[in-house]
Amino acid sequence: MMQQDNRLGIVVSGSLSKGVEVRLDNSTSVEDMVVGRYVTIEGHKQRFFGMISDVSLGVTDPNLALTPPDTTDPFLTEVLVGSGTYGQLQVMPYLTIGGNVANIIEGPQPVKTIPSHFSLVNLAQESDIELVFGKEDKERFWIGNPLDMETKLCLNLPEFVKRSNGVFGKSGTGKTFLTRMLLIGMLQKGACVNLVFDMHSEYGWAGTSEKGRTVKALKQLFPAKVAVFTLDEENSRRRGVSTDYVVRMGYDEIEPEDISLVRQTLNLTDQAVEAVYQMKRRFGKDWLRCTTELDDSEETREILNQLNIHDSTFQNLQRGLNTIRRLPFIQERSPKKVVQHVLEYLVRGTNVVLEFGRYTDITAYILVANMLSRRIYSHYREQVEQAMADGIAYPIPLVITIEEAHKFLNPEVAKQTIFGTIAREMRKYNTTLLVIDQRPSGIDDEVMSQLGTKITCLLDNERDRDSVLAGIPGKGELKSVLAKLATKQQALIFGHAVPMPVAFQPREYGSAESYKHFTDLEDSDEQTEKDIEELWD
Amino acid sequence: MVTQKEQRIGEVIETSTATFTTQSYQLYDLPPLGSLVKTRNKELELFAVVSNATTTGLEPGRKAIARGKDEESEEAIYKSSPQLEKLLKSEFEALVVGHRTVGKINHFLPPVPARMHSFVYICPVEEVREFSQSPSFINILLNTNPTLPQNELIVTCLRQISLAQEDSHHFLVTAGKHLARLLGDYNQLQSILERIKQ
Repeated sequence: MMQQDNRLGIVVSGSLSKGVEVRLDNSTSVEDMVVGRYVTIEGHKQRFFGMISDVSLGVTDPNLALTPPDTTDPFLTEVLVGSGTYGQLQVMPYLTIGGNVANIIEGPQPVKTIPSHFSLVNLAQESDIELVFGKEDKERFWIGNPLDMETKLCLNLPEFVKRSNGVFGKSGTGKTFLTRMLLIGMLQKGACVNLVFDMHSEYGWAGTSEKGRTVKALKQLFPAKVAVFTLDEENSRRRGVSTDYVVRMGYDEIEPEDISLVRQTLNLTDQAVEAVYQMKRRFGKDWLRCTTELDDSEETREILNQLNIHDSTFQNLQRGLNTIRRLPFIQERSPKKVVQHVLEYLVRGTNVVLEFGRYTDITAYILVANMLSRRIYSHYREQVEQAMADGIAYPIPLVITIEEAHKFLNPEVAKQTIFGTIAREMRKYNTTLLVIDQRPSGIDDEVMSQLGTKITCLLDNERDRDSVLAGIPGKGELKSVLAKLATKQQALIFGHAVPMPVAFQPREYGSAESYKHFTDLEDSDEQTEKDIEELWD
Repeated sequence: MVTQKEQRIGEVIETSTATFTTQSYQLYDLPPLGSLVKTRNKELELFAVVSNATTTGLEPGRKAIARGKDEESEEAIYKSSPQLEKLLKSEFEALVVGHRTVGKINHFLPPVPARMHSFVYICPVEEVREFSQSPSFINILLNTNPTLPQNELIVTCLRQISLAQEDSHHFLVTAGKHLARLLGDYNQLQSILERIKQ
């Protein structure tokens, strides 16, 4: 009986590359069909699992479209609906489920053929979706529900963090929200350790929802597993955030490579970047202070002459370095190297969220993110190589979350920044990226192609859509799904960690009940009650 | 299969596989155009749609003449010339649209035609409903070549049969959809649909 209720129509034509065409039954209204929904197709030998990628209207006689019937007459319209006119679906089959031995043992397999003519098409049942996306368990994290369905969509997190991933979407579509949830998932399932460069202070202690309400972030949900570092102590204190460490960087921690990465934002010339290396050779560890303190004297000119640095290049360099010196968290001497401090936490399995506070300026963000990541990455690399040599356990996988990724990964700098390297070298050294960006077209193609799983909210720029979907089978069909996503709380996920692309609605976040699900704490009932009480206060 | 509601109306006087002609027992006692009638050939029940009706003189060469010049009403003509009832005959043609063998109704031509002098009955309402459960009998109507224009016959037939239905609107919509699939010619379809709507 259930089968009958879910019947949509039959397959009438199609191809593997373009998907199959499904003629809707008379009883099925075309208005009930939604792009992105799942269907199963009962082929003669196997079952197929696919997604609706387009909905269209057809007429059997072109005259009908040229001289349409009098619509004031319900009888004529009633007769013609489903006979002279009909609804049609374009369905992209992605997987075969059940049927043959391989499917039963290994689960759903990618399609290599299409269902035969007149195969029955049904709306996918919850059990089918569960079969494809798995149930919530030790490794799978519930991220939301497929559009218009109650079924849980689960993501295999250990598989997810094996590669670099991306979260895209134009501003205000819920990227931060999604990322926070993914981070919670990684914490909940203990799949990896995270280092989050939190540009807008949304992930550490509390974030804000679209409605302006404050929602709990990582530290509040997992106090034992998360450490909040801040660059701006005052800002954190004002927001009532309990921070674990105030980041201060010494001049001696900045190296010439760090300067070359902020070249664009500091407006430095090629010669000026080259001069940095010479200064380092000349002054050693203290080069930054020395370079900026060189005054307009005979002695300085002599040094410049020796190093063969032109005066205008030097001016350019000094201006740039002064911008860095003015950043309040950069100090002449810092008590402890911040990199080591971060590493200590990460090695212990504690996740680190670095809040930027008021320093949302892109120079500060790029500089700090690059400086830390480069050193942490090289440490990880050493550890992995050591582990390989000694045959001991690898370090816990590290996921580095960066926002405004196109600033790090655009084609001009992707080759130089550490993030370009991490994205390309991927899991070899157990370090991957979670890239968050609103202009994916600004990211280097090579980096984009290496991202394992991509989650994208609405993108309305054609180039951005092309860039996100580049190289995906059935790109045209997915593009139409992507273009039709709602502006909020809808996203499309595809790639390595999911068996097929899915448009979904992220799970609820921000209510007391939702926190309870996220934390899995023993005293969660108590906590929930407390939260509910707080809501009434 | 004879039920009390069956109304015998005449007998077959000309027959072929696809059509038969019935002479009514009573002058002018003709079933409505497009209505369903039936006759039997042993175990076989043949269903047909009334496709044309005529009233003529018994002798083919002899033309009728006008008689009512001095009469006050049309009825008075027949009263003053009672022989007219015997000299005239009413006949109707019917297109065979299906048959029943071993209790099952089929919407295709029967293996044998009706026999001469078989009795012809007007189908009772229940039987019309049973026969028209599926609209596939329309296929035969579309494929024959009746004396009257084909579209007219389809329209009157569907209207007649719809009268016997509990939900005539539903019947007409189903039949309309069936026609739409068979015809493929939107203009012809539209002209039929406009006339069968209630």
